[in-house]
Amino acid sequence: MRKQRGLSIISMLVFAFLIIPMIIIVVTSFGENPSIQFPIQGFTFDWYLNVFETNSLIQSFFLSIQISMIATILALLVGIPAAYALARYSVKGRDILKSFFLSPAMIPGVVIGYALFQFIVIQFQMPIFQGLLLGHFLISLPYIIRVVGSSLEQLDFSIEEVAWTLGCTRVRAFVKIVLPNIQAGIFASFMLAFINSFNNIPVSQFLSGPGVTALPTSLMNYIEYNYDPTVSALSVLLMVGTVILMYIIEKTLGLASIS
Amino acid sequence: MTYVDLKDIRVSYDGKNNILKDLNLSIEKGELVSLLGPSGCGKTTTLRVIAGLIEPNDGDFVVDNKNLTRVPVHKRNFGMVFQSYALFPHLTVKENVGFGLKLRKEDKTTMNPKIQDILEVTGLAELGDRYPKQLSGGQRQRVALARALVIEPKLLLLDEPLSNLDAKLRVQMRIEIKRIQRKLGITSVFVTHDQEECFSISDRVAVMNNGIIEQFDTPEEIYNRPKTEFVARFIGFENFFNLTKQGEKTYTTSEGHMLKTSQSWDDTKLVATIRPDDINILPKGTEQDTNMIPGKVVVRTFLGKSYQYEVETNVGKILVNGPKETAYSSGEELLLQFPEEKLILV
Repeated sequence: MRKQRGLSIISMLVFAFLIIPMIIIVVTSFGENPSIQFPIQGFTFDWYLNVFETNSLIQSFFLSIQISMIATILALLVGIPAAYALARYSVKGRDILKSFFLSPAMIPGVVIGYALFQFIVIQFQMPIFQGLLLGHFLISLPYIIRVVGSSLEQLDFSIEEVAWTLGCTRVRAFVKIVLPNIQAGIFASFMLAFINSFNNIPVSQFLSGPGVTALPTSLMNYIEYNYDPTVSALSVLLMVGTVILMYIIEKTLGLASIS
Repeated sequence: MTYVDLKDIRVSYDGKNNILKDLNLSIEKGELVSLLGPSGCGKTTTLRVIAGLIEPNDGDFVVDNKNLTRVPVHKRNFGMVFQSYALFPHLTVKENVGFGLKLRKEDKTTMNPKIQDILEVTGLAELGDRYPKQLSGGQRQRVALARALVIEPKLLLLDEPLSNLDAKLRVQMRIEIKRIQRKLGITSVFVTHDQEECFSISDRVAVMNNGIIEQFDTPEEIYNRPKTEFVARFIGFENFFNLTKQGEKTYTTSEGHMLKTSQSWDDTKLVATIRPDDINILPKGTEQDTNMIPGKVVVRTFLGKSYQYEVETNVGKILVNGPKETAYSSGEELLLQFPEEKLILV
């Protein structure tokens, strides 16, 4: 019994350690003082209004949503067939390919950002938006391949073979039988890749340009010049958004499906 | 008349080792044929070649006088039941069973009665709206069977369909499969490693080893007269010893004991085999005759319905089953009599 009490104290401490910064951010977003302060003096919703009045933040918020959405969908279109091929067929050098596909997740983000900057922007002179999209596509792909791959590994492929014997072509069997049974994995990989892409700083930092700035980059720029609670307010809004999203996942698929 | 014909089928995955070596098999219409053998013998590969899931490197596969060797699996119209049942988890029993019909663009008015009929034949009429995870093992098995049968396939292929069921259900299901197969008159190929299951269900059995068919015969023939040493060992013959031919149906052991047999082959040297149940035990002192070899009990084990003895003889160790009524103890000498009709030459 004593041992268990000790354990629960430790987990309480860990939980507090994780939650306290967030509480502080929430609290500071309501302070009247124009610099971030804790504890706060006064109470106001002005900073929340300010978020919506700061053009650069709103613009980059929608840009980020757009980039992350398109990049993740592209990564799904490429990643699902890749994961399928890796799980289903004994492709030559399968292990090497697997590590290769996952390598963007192991290389420091700054390095990927710099390499992309070097090639996309300097060498190929690609427009900033497409460059940013490509960068986010690359960092999303490993999440898709890994998560979809692990649900494919649990799939009994004889259901696909049975579908063939019943008259399905390969493509049709994939769409009608394989896809519905890895749905949860696809959804989970989408969420993971989307959130990761949305939060990504290093790649976005290198691939920004006039009028094309991802939200985290804008946020950093904003903090450099104005150290006011607008940042806290925006963070709170993002947290609320994430919580709502998680609630929807929990209600539709169950959180267990993405962990 | 031959309905299914496999001609000189060769399968190799790496170009060096052959999984199937020039395999030939002819199946009559309406027959249930089993492929029996230990794991790795090529029985499942043979079934997958028939299904079209594996394309053979060489050879031809003919059904009903049509060469299907290069016809893709989805155009063959064969029903297949897998060991894992392979039910579609996201579809109900009805949807699982109707899947093949839907692909054939049948409309609801012809489709629904067909589904209903097959669900009744397989005893699933009440379970149409359940999902696979709500079914027991035996019920899943029936759904898999119904799904394969409803498309009116030219062939029914069963890949160890009973191995995931418990012993009692297995016996029940194999009778069920046989009944449905007879009723629909559908030509079937059944893969198994269980000889009892295979003998009880099949019209003919192909015993496979190392990518070839060692013997293709009725269950009775295989049980009573195996043709090769492998087949004999696989179906429970335990005693093997060398013989030399002396004349028509007369052989001697290496120690000169005379044995008469009911079979006769041209080879001068061959191997004789006999089941432990088929040897008679006679007490020491019985007058020595042909087909008798003296021996000494080494080990006695109790099997429930009989005693089993390991008997040391001059042709090697022989396993014999003797009646419960008389127990010989180890060290005791006795005479073993090999009835000529039970002695098999391989």
